[in-house]
Amino acid sequence: MPTPLGTIEGRKIAGHRPCSRLVVNEDGWRFAASQLSAGYWTLLGLWGDTDAVHMALLDEGAREIAVVTMPCPDGHFPSVGALHPPAIRLERAVRDLYGFEPVGLPDTRPWLDLGFWDVQHPLGERRAAPARCAPYPFLPTAGEGLHQIPVGPVHAGIIEPGHFRFTANGETVVRLEQRLGYVHKGIEALMVGAIPDTAARLAGRTSGDSTVAYALAFAHAVEAAMDVEVPPRAIYLRALMAELERLANHFGDIGAICNDASFSLMHAQCGILREKTLRAAESCFGHRLMMDAVVPGGVARDLGASCSTEVAALLEEIRRLFPRLVELYDNTASLQDRTAATGVLRGELARQFGAGGYIGRASGRAFDARKMPGYPPYDRLDFDVPVFDAGDVNARVWVRIREVEQSLGLIDQILRRLPAGAIRVAIDPAGEAREGLGMAEAFRGDVLVWMRLERGRLARCHLRDPSWFQWPLLEAAIEGNIVADFPLCNKSFNCSYSGHDL
Amino acid sequence: MRRILFDSLMRRPLTEAAPVKDEEMLAELGASVERAARRRLGRSLSIREVDAGSCNGCELEIHALNNAFYDLERFGLHFVASPRHADVLLVTGPVTRNMREALERTYNATPDPKWVVAVGDCAVDGGIFSGSYAVIGGVSGVVPVDLHIRGCPPRPTQLLQGLLTLLEA
Repeated sequence: MPTPLGTIEGRKIAGHRPCSRLVVNEDGWRFAASQLSAGYWTLLGLWGDTDAVHMALLDEGAREIAVVTMPCPDGHFPSVGALHPPAIRLERAVRDLYGFEPVGLPDTRPWLDLGFWDVQHPLGERRAAPARCAPYPFLPTAGEGLHQIPVGPVHAGIIEPGHFRFTANGETVVRLEQRLGYVHKGIEALMVGAIPDTAARLAGRTSGDSTVAYALAFAHAVEAAMDVEVPPRAIYLRALMAELERLANHFGDIGAICNDASFSLMHAQCGILREKTLRAAESCFGHRLMMDAVVPGGVARDLGASCSTEVAALLEEIRRLFPRLVELYDNTASLQDRTAATGVLRGELARQFGAGGYIGRASGRAFDARKMPGYPPYDRLDFDVPVFDAGDVNARVWVRIREVEQSLGLIDQILRRLPAGAIRVAIDPAGEAREGLGMAEAFRGDVLVWMRLERGRLARCHLRDPSWFQWPLLEAAIEGNIVADFPLCNKSFNCSYSGHDL
Repeated sequence: MRRILFDSLMRRPLTEAAPVKDEEMLAELGASVERAARRRLGRSLSIREVDAGSCNGCELEIHALNNAFYDLERFGLHFVASPRHADVLLVTGPVTRNMREALERTYNATPDPKWVVAVGDCAVDGGIFSGSYAVIGGVSGVVPVDLHIRGCPPRPTQLLQGLLTLLEA
């Protein structure tokens, strides 16, 4: 039976905003896992803390989010991944970073700890790492005519590092196994003890392509924890940045996907639109990617006088050029031949994993953090969340195309309604312990940030990239496709390595 | 498609003039680049990009070098898929411990003469990530670096400036 999140039995923690956090016992934890596995709730995140594990849950029907916590002073907790596969990699990460044992976890191979650190369990009880680590056992494959293709961590293009182990039968991929963690920087450990303004800069460098969204999710969490109201002008400027970031990334992706199908004309043309968007961002906010522009309490910089006209001119140009590119994409049969029916992600998998962004929306899952839980100013702006059902590369391109159009409309509204006034409110995070959860819709999906502030400093901050729930689905989507279509499928997913590895 | 191609033929190119050489970078390079090696290579340089733990911000701007505005290839610089074809390694990131071996192996796979260009503030000394258990803290801690291009991330023009300086030193 679907049960509302409110029925979980546990002790409610005061000072956790904007949703509730409940401390549960083992039964409560197992109950939550069973509800996830039954598909009633969606897993938004699972992360470790001092002597405890937390899980963020979403009840989409009731539009409700809750965090449940299970204390594990003995260093073990019942594995959620045993019942609900989307939790497996998250639990492997908790195991590496904290040394907690998820009892029953089906896959206990390390995930982020590749055996090169000096310490084990860097966020938990640290101890010296063994001098030599065991070789990583990839999943076995057996059968006639199978061969393996190892790729990475250093790839052929200008992309992030990660290892892909393909097992192929002739041209057909039988299994793809990912091994990630190469760009693990220890961001969460660096955040411990930092003041929010310093940590915000780290958050903004978790995945550079989503720097605005990360800074925004982080700011949302700080502001929720401290119960701070952000000035209206700052709220609109944040949305302007977020939509410019979405535009730039979608242009880049649409071009790059077509380029991986050897259609370089689209790549060149989309590259022009991307560059123009970045230049407008720089002239408005002082940085092409708008790093450090969103800060806890507001924004760091106000829009110059001529910026509204400049952005309006950018929109006009995009509106003039982009439809031609869409037409070109739609009418080029050789390109469609590559993208249609390639890399199909089934809708039920997208739902099970709670896949966000264009990956979820190309496979029928309409979730968008701007709508749910929703945050201002989007509640006052008119926009649609485009959804397709085909789940192939083509659908993921179309979601991006439609989102470009929606973002243009959003920026129109933002510029028209941009309120006057202050752009930042001071936050004094001193005082008693407070906790906050924040979300923001990045171009690739929902970013979640959870934090506990103690005496004005971060005691714990967890950043969950949308890619955690998207990477595993790429393994599923590529199955049965030919090896040569992998770059195309991979680009259509465009998961973040850095955001995932942290 | 015809209309887009036709428009592109008719309008003036978007490509911008090359930025001037950076004197500070030139000074850094003077010591590390041998004249003989430069003569042997001529002007054309093949670049292999290696992400050694960046946040991917630098990669976005390195990508931009190939767009119509910066058009890197007009200077005889181009990106290659294998370190075995490369003259220059363009390395980003604070160098995570998990990427150290991969970076070393990429360096060793690159034939001599070769140059290493470290890109981004965190490639200099780890930047914002320095002090972490998971990073080495700067590319020069793993492989010898000939040129640093600072910035978080450096703008495409700064990247171009650095690479042209390398070319003409």
